[in-house]
Amino acid sequence: MIEHNNISNREIVLELKNLHKHFGKNNVLNGFNMQLFKGENLVIMGKSGSGKSVMIKCLVGLLEADSGTITVMHNDITKLDQEALDILRADIGFLFQGSALYDSMTVRENLEFPLRRHTKKFGEHIDTETLVVEALENVGLASAIDLMPSELSGGMKRRVALARTLILQPKIILYDEPTSGLDPITAKEIIILMQDIQKKYGTSSLIITHDVDCARAISDRMILLIDGIDYAVGTYTELSVSKDPKIKAFFKH
Amino acid sequence: MSALHSIKTQLKSFLTEIGELSLFTGRYFREAFKRPFEFKELLRQCYNMGNRSLLLVVITGFIIGLVLTLQTRPTLMEFGAVSWMPSMVSISIVREIGPIITALVCAGRIGSGIGAELGSMRVTEQIDAMEVSGTNPFKYLVVTRVLAVTLMLPLLVIIGDAIAIFGSFLVENIKGNVSFMLYFSQVFDALEFGDVIPATIKSFFFGLAIGIVGCFKGFYCEKGTEGVGKAANSAVVFTSLLLFIIDFIAVFVTDIFYDL
Ligand SMILES: Nc1ncnc2c1ncn2[C@@H]1O[C@H](COP(=O)(O)OP(=O)(O)O)[C@@H](O)[C@H]1O
Ligand SMILES: [Mg+2]
Repeated sequence: MIEHNNISNREIVLELKNLHKHFGKNNVLNGFNMQLFKGENLVIMGKSGSGKSVMIKCLVGLLEADSGTITVMHNDITKLDQEALDILRADIGFLFQGSALYDSMTVRENLEFPLRRHTKKFGEHIDTETLVVEALENVGLASAIDLMPSELSGGMKRRVALARTLILQPKIILYDEPTSGLDPITAKEIIILMQDIQKKYGTSSLIITHDVDCARAISDRMILLIDGIDYAVGTYTELSVSKDPKIKAFFKH
Repeated sequence: MSALHSIKTQLKSFLTEIGELSLFTGRYFREAFKRPFEFKELLRQCYNMGNRSLLLVVITGFIIGLVLTLQTRPTLMEFGAVSWMPSMVSISIVREIGPIITALVCAGRIGSGIGAELGSMRVTEQIDAMEVSGTNPFKYLVVTRVLAVTLMLPLLVIIGDAIAIFGSFLVENIKGNVSFMLYFSQVFDALEFGDVIPATIKSFFFGLAIGIVGCFKGFYCEKGTEGVGKAANSAVVFTSLLLFIIDFIAVFVTDIFYDL
């Protein structure tokens, strides 16, 4: 395994240790380890069906892991009650694989939805309208505020979903295949947007993808999820020259 | 041999389903009384459900009233008992036909709608998105919908009953020249609280069954687009079966009360 040393003394915001998860006879995760440092872009690559989404859902408590420890900003999430978990989740943005916009609500209502519960985060005098408009301007879609999700293209949906993720000003953002299902040009635009957000807010990002171009453009560090474990860790340059056939398979075009 | 085996496995999965459904119902009652209450969403659901099924209930009720009267008329005439028509029709509609027909229509309309809606929200991760943004999806989606159908169904049953009796009156008016006043005074003479109250209570349970099964199927929908279709379809099939079982139990219980 390749180790990357010069960031090892930075603060860890997310950590998975020896994570196991199975569904019936299907052992999806067999002792997966991961550390996300403050301010970095960590890319996790793996084949489709390798358990990337399962891993990221365990991280925020949407799925219950069989065993292993999950530490989010110094909290063991398995030990939190619902209230504390909800408060912690307000600091974690989650961009879902298929955007997951609420079909029955307008773009505005989609963005207001996370604010229903987390008004405390902004103090007493929260101006919902300003927050919504600001979040949409961040993704260049202020004009779509009164449209329904069904009226948006795939790329626009992804942007609105990103705006909805950003509206609570999270410290960590989890991206589940942010460019999947998009054409290369739109995918590129989303990647640029992600980089802008990272610069503007200094967020730490965990990016799940099987898109090599996306990984090269955005990653500070990468982890390859193979056979349910963290098979290899390193920078894009380090991993792309590896001789291991299982690793090479990811970088072949 | 294999037919017997298939019946056995079907029965087993049916019983497992009943067990899971009971747990889901238990969770519904626990969460329904916990704060915060989602009043706005509840009102929106009530309006939607009423709006979507009213016309259907009116049309089926009207046709049932017409058909029932037209079909029984010759027999009653044979015995010279046409004057019993208002009481016979109103009692059979209020006690049995109105609630069950309305509930079946709503199982098809509302139950499958809920199954498909929640199913697609599950498959496209909208339910997960709700959960990570601090809103309890069970309260926001399930409790509001189940409560809405439970409240709306008795209302729809009353409307359906009224329309069916009106349909029956039209036939009597045209064929037998019975006046509106005469017909309806006989209807109200025939109907007792003992007919209306059990039917209304039964309707609440019908509504609960439609809401719970629809939400259960949708909330635990399998991945993929065929999962959504399956959720909607099995919501209707399972609810219809459950409606008849509830009806059977209701008749039993009411019968015991009559004997007292
Ligand atoms: N809720 C679930 N129930 C059963 N199996 C599941 C569930 N979620 C995921 N799986 C299985 O776990 C494996 C990994 O899925 P996933 O994490 O979605 O893959 P990906 O790496 O493409 O995101 C797949 O084989 C999938 O069938
Ligand atoms: Mg996935």
